[in-house]
Amino acid sequence: MEQLIVLKGLTKRFGQMTAVKDICLNVSKKQVLGFLGPNGAGKSTTMKMISGFLEPTSGTAEIAGFDVINNPVEVKSHIGYLPEGAPTYSDMTPNSFLQFIAEIRGFDGKDRQSRIDLVVEQVRLKEVLFQSIETLSKGYKRRVGLAQAMLHNPQVLILDEPTDGLDPNQKHHIRMLINEMAQEKAIIVSTHILEEVEAVCTDALIIANGEVMKKGTPDELLETDPHHNTIVVRTSISDAQKVQGEFERFGKISPMNQADRNDGLVGFCLLEKSKKVNLTEVRKLISENNLPVEEVFRQKGTLDRVFRKITSLNNGVGYKNA
Amino acid sequence: MGWVIKMRNIRAIGKRELKSYFATPVAYVFIVIFLALAGSFTFYLGNFFTRGRAELDAFFQFHPWLYLLLIPSISMRLWAEERKTGTIELLITLPVKTSDAVLGKYLAAWLFSGIALFLTFPIWISVNVLGNPDNGVILASYIGSFLMAGAFLAIGSCISASTKNQVVAFIITATVCFLFTLSGLDLVLDFFRMWAPDILVETIASMSFLTHFQAITNGVIDLRDLIFFASLIAVWLYANVIVVEMKKAV
Repeated sequence: MEQLIVLKGLTKRFGQMTAVKDICLNVSKKQVLGFLGPNGAGKSTTMKMISGFLEPTSGTAEIAGFDVINNPVEVKSHIGYLPEGAPTYSDMTPNSFLQFIAEIRGFDGKDRQSRIDLVVEQVRLKEVLFQSIETLSKGYKRRVGLAQAMLHNPQVLILDEPTDGLDPNQKHHIRMLINEMAQEKAIIVSTHILEEVEAVCTDALIIANGEVMKKGTPDELLETDPHHNTIVVRTSISDAQKVQGEFERFGKISPMNQADRNDGLVGFCLLEKSKKVNLTEVRKLISENNLPVEEVFRQKGTLDRVFRKITSLNNGVGYKNA
Repeated sequence: MGWVIKMRNIRAIGKRELKSYFATPVAYVFIVIFLALAGSFTFYLGNFFTRGRAELDAFFQFHPWLYLLLIPSISMRLWAEERKTGTIELLITLPVKTSDAVLGKYLAAWLFSGIALFLTFPIWISVNVLGNPDNGVILASYIGSFLMAGAFLAIGSCISASTKNQVVAFIITATVCFLFTLSGLDLVLDFFRMWAPDILVETIASMSFLTHFQAITNGVIDLRDLIFFASLIAVWLYANVIVVEMKKAV
């Protein structure tokens, strides 16, 4: 498949500090790659280099076959880029702003208006089209930025925190939009919101201190969570000891304390081995021994835990709940 | 083809910039103050009427001083504001060369100062009603004044790119322009005469806006004066491109 985004050893140093270190990756059409990482991890710096705003210290990026160092203008015309914070000219209206972008992107006359009409429809800007951007809500401002990035129907979209500051409905809408566009584009999205990765990304990358720590599909990342696919047994506090003892007696599984929800129950997460254990078997065990168990289920891992484990270990802060 | 795209980009950026002057009070405040000061200087300080001569010297002689105060207020926002609000990232990641962006924004500012200058035409009509002025000299003076405004703006645009703070841009621009304006006067030259070789002193003296502007307002458009302003503008804009490249991400 055609690789629309190719990063080759992309590196950025600011003085002594290495902000991005030797990132290599490919993104092809229909792929949505999520950049995950704590603040200051190098996500935005990487995106700035791909979009041609920052020159790499070494390495390069190729967009739709064009090299960002040798051919920056071609690269820029193939990318739609939403910078962090979605900056726009606040004294303009969305309409005049998009007219300006369309003019620079080389659209004339009828063509221009139909492109603008289309993105305005897609990001739902119609009702504020003629209001000054500075009077708009955060959600609308972000959508103006997104409209600007999508206007020329680019093959590659680089979106730096596209849903930051939006309410749940708006987030949902933007994610739907990204999923829709993914059919014909290569997209990179950065985010702190881990559920977003599961909602929109086909691939994810965890970055910390400028380095790629982990790479894979969201499911592959979930696999690295030790809690993934383990069975949880929940019971009241008074029965906790007894139940735990029963499970220990069976030797198959080692229970672990995990108080989570505020419903007066205690959960045991049956580690590691339970991944292979059949849930029905556990249920049978419970009913045969008449154990006072309230709930039993298989849990999914959370990217949240994977993320915290990878990024906090990296900062030298031990991970407590693992 | 390359040129067509280049012109289109410069035009689009310039148009957006010029519109933004009129979208905010900047344009109206500037024009009103410029016209009010130009008029009152001419009539009160310049003794336009009591001179009893049909000429606009009294009007043009104050232009360097007016520009010193007012041009930095147009130029200060050119790049400092883009850097402050982060829109520079948007601008640079559009398929546009940095030099085209610099040129587009600069030309918008220059055109705007030209509009303000053009709106002083009632004084030209007055002097023609009152007497028989040498309109050739007046035209030359207008051209000289416009060129000088362009030189001030090129300096200001470059300095604006070096900071995110518009007040800093204003003050530094005003100071640099002040030195360029006065570099032909003893006030500046005496400082250099104490230690610098003659050739340097002469070079500095030849940089004086005042000297070149006065030469033009005498009615003689000398090629050397035109080249002076044109090359000064080119050098500062070239520096402007470099400063934008260096400072854009800081």
